[in-house]
Amino acid sequence: MTGSFWRYTLLIAGKDLRIEGKSREVLYTMGFSAALVVLVFSFALSNATDPAQGPITAAGVLWAATLFTGTVALARVLDRERENEAIRALLLSPAPRAAIYLGKLIAVSLLMIAVEVVLAVIVGGLFSTGVFAHPVWLALVLLLGTLGFASTGVVFSAALLRSRSRDALLGALLFPIVIPVLLAASRATACMFDPLSPDLEPVAFWVRFLAATDVIYISLGLWVFEPVVSGE
Amino acid sequence: MSERHLRVAKVSKHFGRQRALVDVSLEFAPGRVATIVGPNGAGKTTLLGILSTLVRPTKGELFLGDQPIGREARHTLGYVGHEPGVYPDLSARQNLRLFASLYGLPDAELRITQMLERVDLADVRGDLPARGYSRGMLQRLALARALLHEPEILLFDEPSSALDPAGVAWLVSELLRERDSGRLVILVTHDLEAAAQVAGHIVVIRRGRVALERSQPSGFTAAEVRALYEEALHDR
Amino acid sequence: MPTTPSSPARNSTRLLVACGVTCLLFLLACLAIAEAPLEKVMGMVQKIFYFHVPCAWLLMLSTLVCAGGSVAYLFRGSERGDRIALSAAELGVLFGMCVLVSGPLWAKAAWGVYWQWEARLTSSLLLWLMLVAYVLARRYGGAAARRLAASLALFAAIDIPLVYFSVRFFRSIHPQTTVVSTLVPGMRGAFWLSLLAFTVLWFVLMSVRLSVENAQARIVELEVLLDQAEENKS
Repeated sequence: MTGSFWRYTLLIAGKDLRIEGKSREVLYTMGFSAALVVLVFSFALSNATDPAQGPITAAGVLWAATLFTGTVALARVLDRERENEAIRALLLSPAPRAAIYLGKLIAVSLLMIAVEVVLAVIVGGLFSTGVFAHPVWLALVLLLGTLGFASTGVVFSAALLRSRSRDALLGALLFPIVIPVLLAASRATACMFDPLSPDLEPVAFWVRFLAATDVIYISLGLWVFEPVVSGE
Repeated sequence: MSERHLRVAKVSKHFGRQRALVDVSLEFAPGRVATIVGPNGAGKTTLLGILSTLVRPTKGELFLGDQPIGREARHTLGYVGHEPGVYPDLSARQNLRLFASLYGLPDAELRITQMLERVDLADVRGDLPARGYSRGMLQRLALARALLHEPEILLFDEPSSALDPAGVAWLVSELLRERDSGRLVILVTHDLEAAAQVAGHIVVIRRGRVALERSQPSGFTAAEVRALYEEALHDR
Repeated sequence: MPTTPSSPARNSTRLLVACGVTCLLFLLACLAIAEAPLEKVMGMVQKIFYFHVPCAWLLMLSTLVCAGGSVAYLFRGSERGDRIALSAAELGVLFGMCVLVSGPLWAKAAWGVYWQWEARLTSSLLLWLMLVAYVLARRYGGAAARRLAASLALFAAIDIPLVYFSVRFFRSIHPQTTVVSTLVPGMRGAFWLSLLAFTVLWFVLMSVRLSVENAQARIVELEVLLDQAEENKS
């Protein structure tokens, strides 16, 4: 991947983040929805008020809320291309499709992580869990987990760009695929949140698993994005 | 400006069960506006998709000059559709700056200023996002975007739809201006009046095939265009 | 690429022979299963295994074939690859349902619960869900449905090991309950025969399903030729 390839990637990621910075639409809508999902879980799960279960519940709810509302970020970041058919002008430019994929991936992931940090604070408060006990590990898990989700999500969201059923289908198609990511991320997070866990060995293990999964998903995404997005 | 011809040779396009284009062979020369007309669903937009290298034909090839071309020729193409192809949240200048970077243009700021003056958008408030523009302004911005990288070939897909008469008149004058500067201009439209004002080469597409093709450097009158169109559609 | 037409009579004969072979194999397999020794712990119930495991194998085979067809379709525009992918996905959904019905039936008899979050069962469930998603994507995915579904198939195939290992490690704090008991020599023959019978069945079903898709493609080709003939005449 040459220098110009990364130039294109950062150009596209920068464009999406700049647009988001103006309206902050994704941050607010995804953030608010995710906070509500957390609240719904708090009421729905009867063990939510049990302090001993706090860390595990907090971790699970954090990632469940992220997954459910992450589709908002995926949908909106790709939607911007559809308004005014900007996507056609973008595809007609010399930008490599793989760079478009990576640029979108970076933009979506950063937006999601911003929301996840706020969510972590919320679940920490609601479930009486210290969430920032291991900030570096947490940052790593948030990053790798989000990348795993978004790397698949960008491909499907782009393929569904012109579909009327996009909103109905995106989650249905995405969730079964990203179960390994969900598993790994929530296990690692639960171990981190739990003050009683003896060591962070499970976290290290799941982080390695997530890293491997991300490499696989992103490689596949890079390979598959071009034919998916190009006219048949 | 280059003298290369754009050519499709025996091009067909199938979408699963749907046949959008069947065995189409055409040649387009610079310094002339080629107008592709036809009823809805005839395959005009698919043909333009193939000409812009965005759609891969099921059969047949696309040539520029003597070379078959694909994605690598994108910098030689400029495209204006009936949607402007700009980001609504960014201003005109920000949009053009983005596309200048995508095309790797040197002296971007100077070029952008020239383009904005060319399409008469230089006086618009600098930070107004494109969302706030009128339809006519958006089409002008679209043209600026398409011309920014000085393409050899200009493709227009139904650009006059949703434009008021003043907008259409502006579009016609721009098409003629680009033709006179030696560009290869291809216009897809169902507006036969506009076609008559600019065309030197007319292609009628019907059910995925070339029903009729006529070249007249002196141009066509509106009556001639309508007659050709009727002839092509009822020639069975 | 034109699909080669073969006479309907020849096709029916081939199909009849294939069905005959399949039935024979199943008959032999059933006899072998009846003859096979009873497993000491679970007794008769264990014999679901001869049905459950081949179905799980066919679920995985379907996913891999679907992924293979999807690669051919996405990267070489192979319409045939697309037809194969769709047929394989549908068969995967079918055999997946067999796995997910036979699994809990066995689990209930063996452990008293219908479901265990055990690596292989969970992997089968998720794989089945992905193939269902494939079929949904094909139907409701809009203009780019086939490309969407093809990319889904690739991610699903890559996910097979990832899901399996993540669930296995996820459960590592709980005792590992093995679903597949070790095979005593007397059982092996019955198992392989059963596996063969099911695999042949899969091929027969694929062939039938594909012939439907191929016939539809052939109709399109003929329509084009008809159109061209009419054009040439006028």
